[in-house]
Amino acid sequence: MRQSAKKVIVAALIIGVFLLYSLTHMRSGLAAAPPSTDTAGGAPTTTTASGPANSSGAPAGSGYKNGSYTGSVADAQWGYIQVKAVIAGGKITDVQFLQYPNERQYSVQVNSFADPQLTQEAIQAQSAQVDIITGATDSSEAFMQSLSDALSQATA
Amino acid sequence: MVKQTRLLMGMPITVLAQDADATQDDLDQVFDYFQSVDERFSVYKATSEVSRLNRGELAADQLSVDLREALALGEQTRRETHGYFDMLRDGVCDPSGVVKGWAIQRASELLRARGCASFYIDAGGDIAVAGLRDGALWRVGIRNPFDRAQIVKALAVTDCGVATSGTAVRGQHIYNPHDLATPLEEIVSLTVIGPNVCDADRFATGAFAMGRAGVRFIEDLPGFDAYMIDRHGMATYTSGFERYTVRV
Repeated sequence: MRQSAKKVIVAALIIGVFLLYSLTHMRSGLAAAPPSTDTAGGAPTTTTASGPANSSGAPAGSGYKNGSYTGSVADAQWGYIQVKAVIAGGKITDVQFLQYPNERQYSVQVNSFADPQLTQEAIQAQSAQVDIITGATDSSEAFMQSLSDALSQATA
Repeated sequence: MVKQTRLLMGMPITVLAQDADATQDDLDQVFDYFQSVDERFSVYKATSEVSRLNRGELAADQLSVDLREALALGEQTRRETHGYFDMLRDGVCDPSGVVKGWAIQRASELLRARGCASFYIDAGGDIAVAGLRDGALWRVGIRNPFDRAQIVKALAVTDCGVATSGTAVRGQHIYNPHDLATPLEEIVSLTVIGPNVCDADRFATGAFAMGRAGVRFIEDLPGFDAYMIDRHGMATYTSGFERYTVRV
């Protein structure tokens, strides 16, 4: 889990950096690396990549203003994440984690993942017909009230 | 085939006897039994044997054979689960954690003794199944703790017990006896399949109190399997669990 979490973070950072990189190039009026459709100007216009010449056309990272920027809180399924990006010289120089699922919770999840005999999966609704259903005891007052009522009608 | 649901012990109890010669009388006997268990073991009834025990009105040698058996089973479960299962809370002995599964087990033995071979007893989601339904295995669904209208697994079983401990519907009703202040919230549902409902139920309750480690505890119990669901909707299951699952 620790490894896969790292992979997710690294992948997110790579995607983030790529998007910022693309954005920077779009803002400086130049084409992004892959062919892309630009709808910003109203009618879609297709631009094509033209290699390193682009990056030499404008100062790298010219789209950023220097400073520290706090991101929104994001639900990462296993906890909340919030980061702060530090920009210096028009470039990202640091990404700090302001919120991260706490270590104790995290390490416990690591342990269960690392267990070779156990298997993990995301739960998924099943369409199978069943005779009986197992679940936590349902005795909420509203439920019992409703069921009592239904049963009293059924036996009337 | 006869089937009936009644509200007893604060939960719906359904009994279905598949045998052609099963009668309403068989069902009545089962419900009468649950009724008597409730009267003797409920901590909510002032006149119950358990309430009298807690008030100090009964000496150890005055306890009924059934209560002694339930208390012994509770103590055995406490040891087997390294103290995670504990009948004592705030100085009050509440054997309901073992009594429910034990009563279902006793009721199913009662049905067998009356000649029933194919039946199920479902008491608030804890289930004893016996024999077959129309020649096929009984199908038991595991309820989605986040949406009670859904099931997240279908199991095909016979002659066994299936029990689920959870927090989904009732709120936090199980505590870690080693840390009473912290309600359990990481795990929302733990379903245990075992050779009988009595053992499945007490181990489901004890293992649930262990949090994430609960499924590992069941993995190490020969003859038992488990499906655990955490609050993120991620499930963890034991190595033998898949042989019960029905693929659709």
